[in-house]
Amino acid sequence: MADAGVVETLLRRIEKVDDGVDSLEVANSLGVDHQVIVGAVKSLQSVGDVISAELRSSKHWELTEEGMEIAENGSHEARVFSSIPLEGLAQSELMKLSFGKIGFSKAMSSKWIRVDKTHEGGPRIFRTVESIEDQVREKLLLVQKGNTSQLEEKEKNELKKRKLLSEVTVKTYWITKGNSFSTTITKQETELTPEMIATGNWKEKKFKPYNFEAMGVAPDSGHLHPLMKVRTQFRQIFLEMGFTEMPTNNFIESSFWNFDSLFQPQQHPARDQHDTFFLSDPALAHEFPQDYLERVKKVHSEGGFGSQGYKYDWKIEEAQKNILRTHTTAVSARMLYKLAQQEKFTPVKYFSIDRVFRNETLDATHLAEFHQIEGVVADYGLTLGDLMGILHQFFTKLGLKKWVEVGNSGVFRPEMLLPMGLPEDVSVIAWGLSLERPTMIKYGINNIRELVGHKVNLQMVLRQPHMSTGLLSFT
Amino acid sequence: MPTVGVKRDLLFKALGRTYTDEEFDELCFEFGLELDEITSEKEIISREQGDSKASGASDIILYKIDVPANRYDLLCLEGLVRGLQVFKNKLEAPRYRRVSPISGEPQKLIITKATAAVRPHAVAAVLRNITFTQERYDSFIELQEKLHQNICRKRSLVAIGTHDLDTISGPFTYTAKPPGDICFKPLNQTKEYTATQLMSLYKTDSHLRHYLHIIEDKPVYPVIYDSNGIVLSMPPIINGDHSKISLKTKNVFIECTATDVTKAKIVLDMMVTMFSEYCSQPFTLTITGISCQHFKKIAQLLTRMCLRSQATGVGDEIEVEIPPTRSDVIHACDIMEDAAIAYGFNNITRTTPRTYTVANQFPLNKLTELLRQDLAAAGFTEALNFALCSQEDIADKLGKKISETKAAHISNPKTAEFQVARTTLLPGLLKTIAANRKMPLPLKLFEISDVVLKDETKDVGASNSRRFCAVYYNKSPGFEVIHGLLDRTMQLLEVQPACGEGYHIQAADDSTFFPGRCAEIFVRGKSVGRLGVLHPDVINRFELTMPCSALEMDIEPFL
Repeated sequence: MADAGVVETLLRRIEKVDDGVDSLEVANSLGVDHQVIVGAVKSLQSVGDVISAELRSSKHWELTEEGMEIAENGSHEARVFSSIPLEGLAQSELMKLSFGKIGFSKAMSSKWIRVDKTHEGGPRIFRTVESIEDQVREKLLLVQKGNTSQLEEKEKNELKKRKLLSEVTVKTYWITKGNSFSTTITKQETELTPEMIATGNWKEKKFKPYNFEAMGVAPDSGHLHPLMKVRTQFRQIFLEMGFTEMPTNNFIESSFWNFDSLFQPQQHPARDQHDTFFLSDPALAHEFPQDYLERVKKVHSEGGFGSQGYKYDWKIEEAQKNILRTHTTAVSARMLYKLAQQEKFTPVKYFSIDRVFRNETLDATHLAEFHQIEGVVADYGLTLGDLMGILHQFFTKLGLKKWVEVGNSGVFRPEMLLPMGLPEDVSVIAWGLSLERPTMIKYGINNIRELVGHKVNLQMVLRQPHMSTGLLSFT
Repeated sequence: MPTVGVKRDLLFKALGRTYTDEEFDELCFEFGLELDEITSEKEIISREQGDSKASGASDIILYKIDVPANRYDLLCLEGLVRGLQVFKNKLEAPRYRRVSPISGEPQKLIITKATAAVRPHAVAAVLRNITFTQERYDSFIELQEKLHQNICRKRSLVAIGTHDLDTISGPFTYTAKPPGDICFKPLNQTKEYTATQLMSLYKTDSHLRHYLHIIEDKPVYPVIYDSNGIVLSMPPIINGDHSKISLKTKNVFIECTATDVTKAKIVLDMMVTMFSEYCSQPFTLTITGISCQHFKKIAQLLTRMCLRSQATGVGDEIEVEIPPTRSDVIHACDIMEDAAIAYGFNNITRTTPRTYTVANQFPLNKLTELLRQDLAAAGFTEALNFALCSQEDIADKLGKKISETKAAHISNPKTAEFQVARTTLLPGLLKTIAANRKMPLPLKLFEISDVVLKDETKDVGASNSRRFCAVYYNKSPGFEVIHGLLDRTMQLLEVQPACGEGYHIQAADDSTFFPGRCAEIFVRGKSVGRLGVLHPDVINRFELTMPCSALEMDIEPFL
């Protein structure tokens, strides 16, 4: 609440007049700063319809600091004139005065003074006129008294150029009586206090109304990352469908498990330097299951298990090369190999969601690393119909009403499964998709960098809604 | 997946009808292809080089079609049309026959032992009485280029040379000679060069310079001569100018030199079978056959996929002819795949596998999920940073030496951002803060993710480690905030504050932290991580301006 005295005085002034008062005029007549009156207006506005205040802006001229000094002591040139006695003054002496330099040239151009350069003892200055009229000072005094209108526009601009005057915009209030005008104001309480509850005096108090149009204060909480929230949802779907999570916490993989075990030939473009990150340290993997490695070598180079093979010279050196895994299927291969080593085969359903790496050219939708979602089912006699059925269930749980291209699926080749030692009548179906793409579709994000990595906009992380129903909704 | 660009109108003419874009998209889908993009040369140029360059380019509509990586027979208009026509029952699956020339002996290509040192294999064939048009000729050249880029692995495995047979005479000799001894006029040049001169000439050629490395360092270079000593080609770099083919060429001699003979045969088969339809006796080449056990009606489906099949009458057996165009068929399962495509994936009845399983979470991921929820509830916001970064991020910027980090190094990073796998989560969080400096203070971030460390006990020599990292960034360091978060985390993990069996922290020296403001975290007597106020130098190097406290610890010991 503003100063109660000022508020009361202001209300009296308003009461006396019929039309209204100007806040700046009130301030001037009371001899207080304009801001004090503005404060009083604001505080009165907040207590209801006591007054009505209309904001007005006006321009007016004001003296600068230098202008005020001149109004008080006279212009520099006038002060120069009056400093020179009849017998004249040495120029060097004049220049020692604070106003000497500017005043000298102005007084010279007004022809009030002259210089005798041949005077013995250095140049000397003499008056040339008896008396002068200090117009600059008089003009400034007019402005100071508020009689600016008596000056011509040209004169004002000249003074402005000399930096003695400046034009300022002033915002003032035109204050009139409000519908419930009164000169006595009861102070309004902002909030209920424990004391009021204890004493019961809240009953006599008036409370300031709340502004229900403002936003509330944001709760002080942390947030989960949107991509990780979607990961949680996908995990949940797999778990609901009875899939066991694979241990995918091994980013570095050998080419053997990443490519060769999947029956991908060693000259395949995906194994190129342009697509895959190779490691210089640790560069090579050691310790492969030797029997299995021999069977993989044979199926690639000579064929077998009903296959003609690729017929090329398979090299262990190529298989040993360490890389950053290009897909989580490398882990699926390890898991299926492990499964084949069991005494008796048992059907399994596996899933994983984890990072994979591609040495790709980066753009708005491609990064060098992304999350791959993978599902794998191994059982006797699985069919393409089973693959289609399970995909249908999976995408229905996602809330996908229409099929969009988000991933791929298939049946693992016998050249991959039989060398592992899985029974011949066991089929393995699998599908995979990226976690980023459905998340980008879901949140309408066009640039993947806004979603993943340090350039993420934290504001975006804070803004994301909770996903209660289907994870993705396409219509 | 390779993409094949074909002119739409030309394609429709060859298919004998027009389609709307939607209809054609549907047809591609049924046949296992994908219509990737509908565009024009003009559009492509304007997108890649700007509108000004595109004016004057062709407006003719192009279909860009994605073709499976092993279906080399679909890499040109001819093969695509043939596949689709047979699929739509408009054309009978072609049978390829090898024919002998009407007069005289078959052509011979003699391979000398000298080639073993550089490029040991070569195969060749002749297309007789071919009629080229401008479009056919362009398609012929383009198929060569597509094969070079895909199966030929940029000419390193196989290189194709095509020659006008009527300008040369067999038998031909494929040999290898020191570069100084090879001299000929290469394609589209006006004078003769030695191989040594050619290699330096092509150093600046935007196209050919990519192939020079294949033979550059070899003592001898491969070369093919005719019986009069005319150079046909110096594979895999350039052909001779003498035998170049033109629109008027009637008989084409095709040679494929290779380091992989299987691929050379595939490539030669592709070149010959795709363009044999323009010969006066179309589709002539050899056939091979394998048989496949399955139902009778599959035979019809397979025939639609250019795999001529018929029931043998013996049980469920059907006999399938694999044409030379289908080098991708190496197992009965490939034939079954084609049967499924012909049947239509969407016509397959969906079933549910009766596989009974009990789901289990991976314990480390289960713990991670639980912790993430509670850390967000504790007021910290989750960040997600890259697992790859620069050496500087994990070493210099943190005041450490790279040799002390146990980092795994990448040998072929395209930029410095991918030099190493991260060994700590801290740099990622500090970079996230730097990118979000306009956010109101304090910033409280965390991440639970894997880092990678060299580990000799693993077959690959490295293993992941699951870390929890949190930072507090404000006008005051807020060590007590990070310390409080550690206490809360330990409470969640059911570890009591106590020396010995519980957890405690104890002063430690670490160049990442401000002296005297770092402590090591011990759980059951074992160090699991550190917390403290970051060193001002570290703060500066990550372009930050405020004090910051941080915590990083291993969470695997809590399993």
